[in-house]
Amino acid sequence: MTSTSLTKPQGAGRAGDKVFSGATLAAGCLILAVLFGVALFLVVQAIPAFTAPAEDIQGGKGFFAYIWPIVIGTLIAALIALVIATPVAIGVALFISHYAPRRLASGLGYVVDLLAAIPSVVYGAWGAAFLAKEIAPAYDWLAKNLGWLPIFQGPASATGKTILTAGIVLAVMVLPIITSLSREIFLQTPKLHEEAALALGATRWEMIRVAVLPFGRPGIVSAVMLGLGRALGETMAVALVLSSGALTASLIQSGNQTIAAEIALNFPEASGLKVSTLIAAGLVLFVITLGVNMIARWIITRHKEFSGAN
Amino acid sequence: MTSTMTPVRKRSALTKGQLPKAAPYIVLVLALVVGAAILALAGFNAFGWGIVSALLFTAGLVGWSAAVEGSRKAKDKLATCLVVGAFLVALLPLISVIWTVLVKGLPGLVDPGFLNTSMNGVTGAFDNKSVEEGAPVLGGIYHALIGTVQITLLATVISVPVGLLTSIYLVEYGEDRALARAITFFVDVMTGIPSIVAGLFAAAFFFVVVGPGTKTGAVAAVALSVLMIPVVVRSSEEMLKIVPNELREAAYALGVRKWRTILKVVIPTAISGIASGVTLAIARVIGETAPILVTAGFATSINNNVFGGWMASLPTFIYTQILNPTSPSNPGPSDQRAWGAALVLIILVMLLNLVARLVARIFAPKAGR
Amino acid sequence: MSKRIDVKDLNVYYGKFLAVEDVNINIDAKSVTAFIGPSGCGKSTFLRTLNRMHEVIPGARVEGEVLLDGDNLYGPGVDPVTVRSQIGMVFQRPNPFPTMSIRDNVLAGVKLNNKKISKGEADSLVERSLRGANLWNEVKDRLGKPGSGLSGGQQQRLCIARAIAVEPQVILMDEPCSALDPISTLAIEDLINELKDEYTVVIVTHNMQQAARVSDKTAFFNIAGTGKPGKLIEFGDTHTIFSNPTVKATEDYVSGRFG
Repeated sequence: MTSTSLTKPQGAGRAGDKVFSGATLAAGCLILAVLFGVALFLVVQAIPAFTAPAEDIQGGKGFFAYIWPIVIGTLIAALIALVIATPVAIGVALFISHYAPRRLASGLGYVVDLLAAIPSVVYGAWGAAFLAKEIAPAYDWLAKNLGWLPIFQGPASATGKTILTAGIVLAVMVLPIITSLSREIFLQTPKLHEEAALALGATRWEMIRVAVLPFGRPGIVSAVMLGLGRALGETMAVALVLSSGALTASLIQSGNQTIAAEIALNFPEASGLKVSTLIAAGLVLFVITLGVNMIARWIITRHKEFSGAN
Repeated sequence: MTSTMTPVRKRSALTKGQLPKAAPYIVLVLALVVGAAILALAGFNAFGWGIVSALLFTAGLVGWSAAVEGSRKAKDKLATCLVVGAFLVALLPLISVIWTVLVKGLPGLVDPGFLNTSMNGVTGAFDNKSVEEGAPVLGGIYHALIGTVQITLLATVISVPVGLLTSIYLVEYGEDRALARAITFFVDVMTGIPSIVAGLFAAAFFFVVVGPGTKTGAVAAVALSVLMIPVVVRSSEEMLKIVPNELREAAYALGVRKWRTILKVVIPTAISGIASGVTLAIARVIGETAPILVTAGFATSINNNVFGGWMASLPTFIYTQILNPTSPSNPGPSDQRAWGAALVLIILVMLLNLVARLVARIFAPKAGR
Repeated sequence: MSKRIDVKDLNVYYGKFLAVEDVNINIDAKSVTAFIGPSGCGKSTFLRTLNRMHEVIPGARVEGEVLLDGDNLYGPGVDPVTVRSQIGMVFQRPNPFPTMSIRDNVLAGVKLNNKKISKGEADSLVERSLRGANLWNEVKDRLGKPGSGLSGGQQQRLCIARAIAVEPQVILMDEPCSALDPISTLAIEDLINELKDEYTVVIVTHNMQQAARVSDKTAFFNIAGTGKPGKLIEFGDTHTIFSNPTVKATEDYVSGRFG
C-alpha cells in the first residue's frame, strides 16, 4: 500500500525541475549574451575605421569613400540575382504545384532542393571555371551590338569574370530559396478558390492568375526578400567569380566588388587599421541584411491573418 | 416503351475550335528543324539550338492557338510554355554544375594518395614537374578532410545542446514571457547573419576571451555554431510543438514531474525530427568557406589539434587552390586537386542529406501491430 | 484503497476570469459520481482541479479547499506531483505513449519516476493492472508491441490500466468514451462498474444515458451565459436526479429541453 501523505518531501525530484528549467533558461540567455557581447565588440573594433584620418584608410579618402562603391557593388550583384531568379523561381514553383503530374511533384521538388544543397564554394568554382568562359563570347556580342548602353559598354572582359557573371551565379544560388518558399505558399492556396475559378470556365492560367497568385503575393514578396538577404551576404560565389576592381557601370567588364568578397579576400592577411576597416565593412553588411530580413519577417507576420494559410 | 432519340453528330459541339491533340508535337518537330537550320547558318552549338528551338516552339504554338482557339486559350498555352521553360532553365545550372564537378573532379579523386595525403611539402616545383614531365600529381586532401570533420564535429557539439535546450525553453517553459519573445526574435536575427559576418563574430569572441590574432579550428567551430544554432532551434522547436499536448498531460496525470516528462516523453517522441534537423544543419555548414577563412586560416599540413594552430578544411582548400594555385605558372594540378575536393564535398553533403532521411525514418515512433 | 473527496467553497480562476463558482460537494469513497451539464459549463474545469491538473495552464488558480480524506490538496507545502500520484486521470482521447510498448505504457507511472522495481514485481504489476482494465486477455501475447497499434477502445483501456498501475486512491475520467464506438463504450462502462469496488471514480460525461447507467450519484453543472461562471446546480442520487430532480434547470436538462 503506497504511502498516502501529501506533504512528504519529494527531495531530488523537485530539485530536478528547477535544475532542468534553469539549464534551458541559461541556454537561451547564453545566446542573447553572446550576441550582445560580440555585436558590441564588433562595433568597438570598427570605430577606429570611422574615426581614423582619411589618408590612413585604403584608397586614401576615408571610410565612407571606401565603403560606398562596395555597397553599390553589393546591391548591384544582388539586384541582378533577383531580377534573374525571381521570375524563374515563381515559374518553377508554379510548375511543381500546379502543372507537373502529381506523382512527380514531390520528386521534382527534391531535385530543385538539390540546388540548395550544393556548397557555395562549388558554385563559385563552377562560375569561374565554366560559366565565365562560356559566357565571355556573349559579352563580346553585347559590347559590339548594344555597347551604347552604359551597362554593356565595351571592351568586354576576355575572361568573363564580371559582376554580371557573379550575379548569375548568385541567381542560381538564390533560386532554390525563393522556389521552395513559393511552392509551399502555392500549395496552400485554398482549394475552394481554385475550384470557384475553374467552375466559372477559367483556363488553368486564368485560375492561377485569379486565385493562386493574389493569395500568394505576400508570401512571394517575403520569399524574394529572404533570397535578397542571402544574395547580399554571399561570399564565395563572388570572391571566386568576380575579377574585382573599382566601381564600373559596365556589367560586362571586370571591376566592382561586394562587401563579403572584399572581406574574404583581405581579412586573412590584414592587420591593424585594415582589420578595423574590414570589420566596419562587415558591420555595414550586417545592418543591411538585418534590415532586409526584418522587413521580410514583418511582411510574413502582417499577412498571416489574411493569407488563410492558418 | 419510349424510344429515345439520341442525336448523332460527327463532331461534338464541345470540341469545336480546338487545336488537334497532336499540335504541340507537330510544332515541336518543326521548331527543332527550323532551329537547326538557323544555327547551321550562324554556327552550330547545342545550347543555341536549344534556345532558338524553344523560342520558335513557343511562338509557333501560341500563334497557332491564337488563330484557332482564341486569345484566352493562347494565353493559357503561353503560360504553360513559360512555366515549363522556367523549370528547364532551373535544371540547366544543376546539371551543369554536377557535370562539371564529375568531369573535373574524378581525375583528381581517383589519383592514388588523394584521400590520404596532405599538401605538406608539396611545392610549385612538384606541380611544374607534373605538368612538364608528366610526373604524377602529388598532394591530397587528407588534412582538409580531417580538418572539416574536426571543425564540424566541434560545431555540432556546441550547437546541439545549446540549440536543443533553447528550443525546449521556448516550447515548454517560455510561454509568452518577454524573455521568450526576445530569444525568438534574436534567433530569427541569427538566421539572417551572412556567413562571413558569423566568422567575424567568432574572431571577435575569441579576441575578447583569449587574445588577439587567435586562429584555430576551435574559432572556426564557434563561427559555424553561430550559423547552426538558429537552424537547430527552429527545427527542434517545430518538432517539439508537434508533440500532442495530451501526451504531456497523460504523464503529468501519472504524477511525473515536468522535467522527466520532457526528457522521457516529449523528446523521445520528437527525436526523429530533431535528429534529422540536426543532420540537415550539419549538411548546411559543412560547405561553408567564408567563416573558416577568417577564423582558421588555411594550413597545408595535418593538424589534429582543434585548439592550436591553423587548420585546413575542404571548402577553404578548394578556395585557396583555385585562387592561389601551388604553382602559379602551372595551375593545372591545383585545379585538379580543387575539383577532386569539390567532388568529395558534394558527396559528403549528399550522404548527409540521405542520412537525415534515414534517421527520420528509423527514429519515428512505430505504429505497427 | 480509496478515499473520499470533500470540496469546500471552491472557486476556479483563469487569471482574473472566474470559470467555476462556489462548488461544495462530497464524494464518497468507492463510489461512482458523474458530472453532467451542457458544453462549457465548467464540469471538466472543475474535474481538473481535483488532481491539480488545471495548474498546467499558465495563470490558472483556485480559491477554496479540496480535501482528500481530510488532507487539503491545496494546503501549504503540498506538491501537485504528489497529488497526481494519488489521484489519477483518464482523458477524452486515448493517449498511450507512442514510443513505448504496451508493457512499458502500463509501467510508465513507475518508470518515468525512476522508481526501481524488480522484473518480477513489474510483471505482476502489469498483469494486475491489465486485468483490472479488462485488457489482459487481449494483449497478453503482445506486451512488447507498441501501444498505438491497438484499437481505440483497447487504447483507452490501456490508459486506464496505466492509471491503475500507479495505485491511486481516486480515478478521474474526463469524457472517456466520447471518442469511442458504442461497443467499446459498453466495455468501458462495464469496467467502471468493477472499478468502483476498489477506487473512487468521478466521471465527466455529456451523455446523460451513460451517467444514468454508470453512476451512483450525479452532479449537474450549468452556466448562466457566455462569460459567466459555471455553477453546481444540484447533486444527489442518480435515480433522484433523473426521475425527480428538485431544481427546475436540472429537470429541463435531463428531459432534453436544452443542452
